[in-house]
Amino acid sequence: MAQREQWGTRIGLVLAMAGNAVGLGNFLRFPVQAVQNGGGAFIIPYLVCFLLMGIPLLWIEWSIGRFGGRLNNHSTPFILDSMDKRRLWKYIGVFGIFTNIGVAAYYCYIESWTMSYVFHSIVQTFTGMNQEQVASFFTQYVDIGQSTTGIPFEAVIFYVFCLALNTYILSRGLSGGVEKVAKIGMPLLILFGVLLAVRGVTLGDTGLCADCNSHTGLNFLWEPQFDKLTDLKVWFAAAGQIFFTLSLGMGTIQCYASYVRSKDDIALNAMGAGWMNGFVEIVLGASIVIPISVGYLGLDWVKENAGFSMAFQTMPYLFNQWGAFLGTFAGFMWFGLLFFAGITSSLAMGTPWMGFMQDEFKWTRNKSAFSFGLITLIMGLPTVFFFQQGFFDEYDYWAGTASLVIFATLETVLFAWIFGINKGWKELTQGADMKVPGFFKYIMVFVTPLFLIIILLGTLITPKDGDWGKAFTEGYELDHGSLIGKLLHTDKEVNRAWFSSHFQSPVDGVVTEIQSEDGEQHIILTGFDQAQPTYTYTKSAHDKPLVAVGDNIKKGDHLFQGSYINPIFYLDLARLMLLALYLFICVLVYKAYQNRKKRTL
Amino acid sequence: MSTIALVTMITVQLLVIIVSGYFFVKILSAKPKPEPDSYAEE
Repeated sequence: MAQREQWGTRIGLVLAMAGNAVGLGNFLRFPVQAVQNGGGAFIIPYLVCFLLMGIPLLWIEWSIGRFGGRLNNHSTPFILDSMDKRRLWKYIGVFGIFTNIGVAAYYCYIESWTMSYVFHSIVQTFTGMNQEQVASFFTQYVDIGQSTTGIPFEAVIFYVFCLALNTYILSRGLSGGVEKVAKIGMPLLILFGVLLAVRGVTLGDTGLCADCNSHTGLNFLWEPQFDKLTDLKVWFAAAGQIFFTLSLGMGTIQCYASYVRSKDDIALNAMGAGWMNGFVEIVLGASIVIPISVGYLGLDWVKENAGFSMAFQTMPYLFNQWGAFLGTFAGFMWFGLLFFAGITSSLAMGTPWMGFMQDEFKWTRNKSAFSFGLITLIMGLPTVFFFQQGFFDEYDYWAGTASLVIFATLETVLFAWIFGINKGWKELTQGADMKVPGFFKYIMVFVTPLFLIIILLGTLITPKDGDWGKAFTEGYELDHGSLIGKLLHTDKEVNRAWFSSHFQSPVDGVVTEIQSEDGEQHIILTGFDQAQPTYTYTKSAHDKPLVAVGDNIKKGDHLFQGSYINPIFYLDLARLMLLALYLFICVLVYKAYQNRKKRTL
Repeated sequence: MSTIALVTMITVQLLVIIVSGYFFVKILSAKPKPEPDSYAEE
């Protein structure tokens, strides 16, 4: 028989909810977004979006969750079903389980990197390495064929271990597992974050290059460029950041809130968790990666390389500069912090599936947790094996980006317009330990849905480089990264078949060199552009080059003859796996619906 | 750091620390609701 889940303490719930929101993006995505979008001025659209979209959506999701929980529904398919009589909603609610499994599949892989890097920091693997060596260590790590410790399939082993740890904690239940991890992990994350942030702010001038000064990094991050405020791209970036940092549209908030009773507060809890996430992001996240990196590598390097990979490919090298002991300790704190940020989020991703299986099929906690681990493993192993083929990024886009925007838009319309704002408002304010300002009622009805629809449209038809100003003034051109562009693979003009016997040139150019070494053949092309860029295409020694030095090549011309699996195959395979997952959950929901009908007869 | 960057950083970070702290303290000091409530240990 399924055990009844319950939170242990109120503070445990708030820490678990904050842990759900705080993720790697707080430390890696936010500062990069701020740097790319107006520095200190980015914070204005960021806070406006938090007020008009973040807070209302948090309240909407907490209210939807608690409302569903009262009817003993703990996952979004039947929570949404209880809000409107149309059958469609339960299948839209599938997003609230699908997204979590899809994201957990690759997120646990990143989490396993942090776990592995904690280990490598402790055993001082990075000591004495230069910047290039630290960067190539990561490339080797994600190349399944290589091992950095001598353990075969090291990345796979760490991934499976990480997933097993998540499964075990989930099997301990909400108060015995998830909440305990949040109560230990969140304070440690904040402690490590504060120590590293203090170091980042006080590092100052290191003298390694002309502008190697952490204060230059902080200046770059916080110097307002007010002219950027009129740029739509900045507002889209801010809205996107708010959306992802608060874990909105995932279905986890609804699940956690469904275990709160009607007479207990949700309004204040939502604000506590939401602002704690803001603290970690704005105060800690902004004071670590950018200032420390600028302190040692200079501003130009950071401008060129700022991105997610810095966490693993740069930070260990920077910590090396602090000496053996401090460097080891800093590496332990940094990757420990990222690990806690990751695990508190990945645990949240397991709870909607568990709630669903316990509610509808009366599965035990252990069985539900094990099945979550198994499905996530099946979905996740291809992201480990085919990481370099883009499998991981494909999951991230469809499950971790597009699905969230679609689901959040639909649930907001349901809450404010179909379920009805009056009923929704009553749900939110029932048992509230704070006075919810009345104007938020109107924001929820008009502003938040409008914001979401604009973001959804923006995601669907993003103009080239996300530059809306240019799209309006100089003509519209679809960006390869837009939802439609992604769907149609507009970035891939050649080699579009899954399997082929010829490799086509992706560029125009002249063949300048053909090399053969170490069982590989390289064709080197020089582009016709003024900058004369060089492109190298490498295939196996068994393949036959079809061009000679001096040949003029047009895009689409055959360069090699052989047997090829093109990257588009892996991308489509990733999509098909996600689609199969969605349909599988729909079947389960249909079966659960039939069971419910039988029980009521 | 330029003065405007320093002022922006301190103002924003102080604001976030104060508001986060305010809500966190409010949660900690809220009176527990009568049993049965949502929390097993309270």
